[in-house]
Amino acid sequence: MATEPLISVRNLVNRFGRQVVHDGLDLDVMPGEVLGIVGGSGSGKSVLVHTMLGLRRPTSGEVLFEGREISQMGENELRAVKRRYGVTFQHGALFSSLTVAANVQMPLREYLDLPNEVLDQIAMLRIRMVGLPPDAAGKLPSQLSGGMIKRAALARALALDPTLLFLDEPTAGLDPISAAAFDELVNYLRRSLKLTVVMVTHDLDTIYATCDRVAVLVDRKIVVDTLPGIVQNPHPWIREYFHGPRARAAQVTARQES
Amino acid sequence: MRERTGNPQSSRWTQGNAIRGTGKSFTVCYDRRMPADTASTPLLAMESGTEGMTLAPRGDWRLDHAAAIASALAETDRIASGTARVAVDFSGLSAIDLPGAWLLHQRLDALQSRGVAVAMADPVPEPFAFIDEIIRGSPAEVPREGAPLPLVSRTVALIGRESVEQLHDARDALGYFGRIVHTGGQSLSSLKRLRLPAIVRQVYETGIQAVPIVSLIAFLISVIVAYLGADQLRQFGADIYTVDLVAVAVLRELGVLLTAIIVAGRSGSAFAAEIGVMKLNDEVDALKSIGVNPFEVLVLPRLIGLVIAMPLLTIIADMMGLAGGAILTSLLLDIPFAQFLQRMQEILAPTTFWAGLVKAPVFAVLIAMVGTYRGMQVRDSSRELGRLTTVAVVQSIFLVILADAIFAVVFVEIDF
Repeated sequence: MATEPLISVRNLVNRFGRQVVHDGLDLDVMPGEVLGIVGGSGSGKSVLVHTMLGLRRPTSGEVLFEGREISQMGENELRAVKRRYGVTFQHGALFSSLTVAANVQMPLREYLDLPNEVLDQIAMLRIRMVGLPPDAAGKLPSQLSGGMIKRAALARALALDPTLLFLDEPTAGLDPISAAAFDELVNYLRRSLKLTVVMVTHDLDTIYATCDRVAVLVDRKIVVDTLPGIVQNPHPWIREYFHGPRARAAQVTARQES
Repeated sequence: MRERTGNPQSSRWTQGNAIRGTGKSFTVCYDRRMPADTASTPLLAMESGTEGMTLAPRGDWRLDHAAAIASALAETDRIASGTARVAVDFSGLSAIDLPGAWLLHQRLDALQSRGVAVAMADPVPEPFAFIDEIIRGSPAEVPREGAPLPLVSRTVALIGRESVEQLHDARDALGYFGRIVHTGGQSLSSLKRLRLPAIVRQVYETGIQAVPIVSLIAFLISVIVAYLGADQLRQFGADIYTVDLVAVAVLRELGVLLTAIIVAGRSGSAFAAEIGVMKLNDEVDALKSIGVNPFEVLVLPRLIGLVIAMPLLTIIADMMGLAGGAILTSLLLDIPFAQFLQRMQEILAPTTFWAGLVKAPVFAVLIAMVGTYRGMQVRDSSRELGRLTTVAVVQSIFLVILADAIFAVVFVEIDF
């Protein structure tokens, strides 16, 4: 490909004691794409994402952000990189003592020196652009439903106009209608904001609806391919994943939609 | 913030003026906080012509400059009320992102609601199309209703609300006590429901683990009391009365009170925090759904455990307190240990020791009840957890001291 990858993972090894999670793993995230990361439980999806975010130091190997190694970066440079990340966690990880608006304002306050009314206005923009009703701004996370928590977490992740969005199981625990709406939201935001999205998910419907490429973690390595390509992959786990009983229904739906 | 009005010839703003022609009033504003690359160009130029105002955003309208953008936009307040039309000219803009566009959009919205016709000149930057979609997709903001009440009414309302809350709180606490008694009555009927292992664990955690700190504090406090007493009484040659002072103070009051305060800090807070976290994790609801009474497994073992542990701790505190007094009097007043013991036996009524000890289970009940009650009240957020843990400790210490005062009065009345 002609363009430079936004993030590349080179020869990554992650080990916990004797247990090897990743063994020489390579991955490139291209600007503007939606990359889905799938894998069985315990295959190291979260570890991979945490390593890419710089939350975890790999046993060996490197993570490059726009060609620069993040472990070599100074504090200020790393902060500048983190500013361009938006992250949502599986359970939202909204700060429970802050209102939704205050949650969204948190990264803004951290990086920019803004007067309160501007913070309020930008928080309202984020809240509305993820499809939350404006009155959600003053609510505490405990007063929100599961789907609204995911949206609020996305609003917080989008607060600083990130280049790269990490979504950890964005549709887990949502009813199919909310999950489909969330998929649509991701597509829509990606189209309008030209985001790059890295998404850890088990939801086949989400993969078919949003992902350009899929990275499958198997046997401590990673297999990356386009969606049609990965479906044809002969590896037994991948075959089972994309052709199991649950997969067929998702495929049918995807085909009907397209 | 600096601004300039009129006088187009004077400086670097002449350029804009040349394009627009002469003879118009001309306002330019910029913010000093702007980064260096944009500091030279104002972010928003306003011109009033014959057909109304022209707003020309310029330079970099991205999130990094949001503060400067907002203060530049605040200048549009000065648009005269008679202005019927505002045109927006984006030609001078070098970059704009969604937040920048949003801030401008909100401001134009406010103008429109004042009856000003707003027209955006083509080409309109891309983010505005997205904003239109957002607004179409989500319901409009509901304005906050009602003006704030005057101070007097607000104060009255506050007092009323607080009083009602206090009443509800008192009623809930009474109900809570009732449930504990009820559950306790049921549990006592069968040994299995008494949860003996849990009780033993509580005795260990609230009692045995507290022995070192309780001993140390009882020892030190009685040393302080003995020292002060000896210092005063020596002036009258009444040294021996130091023994009376230490023995009575430690056995009747200090031993049990200190123990209760330490236990309130250690275990009262632990009860509230443990149960509070279980509430936040829905564990209490999980217990109920299994058909287990949370009072039976969470509250009663803590209460019974503490009722067992507190008297034992009090006895230890009494012993350590007396030991502290004995050591200090022997060092400071040359009263040997044997004489200390003899004097103690002479002056202590048989009830003195029990007058202290009988309070221990009562204090234990108070501490356990407040701790678990506040823990059960936790809902929604981690901040609640911290608040209610603090409330648990403060309230249980307060109740312990209040109860102690009542005991003192009653004991004097019945000559105990």
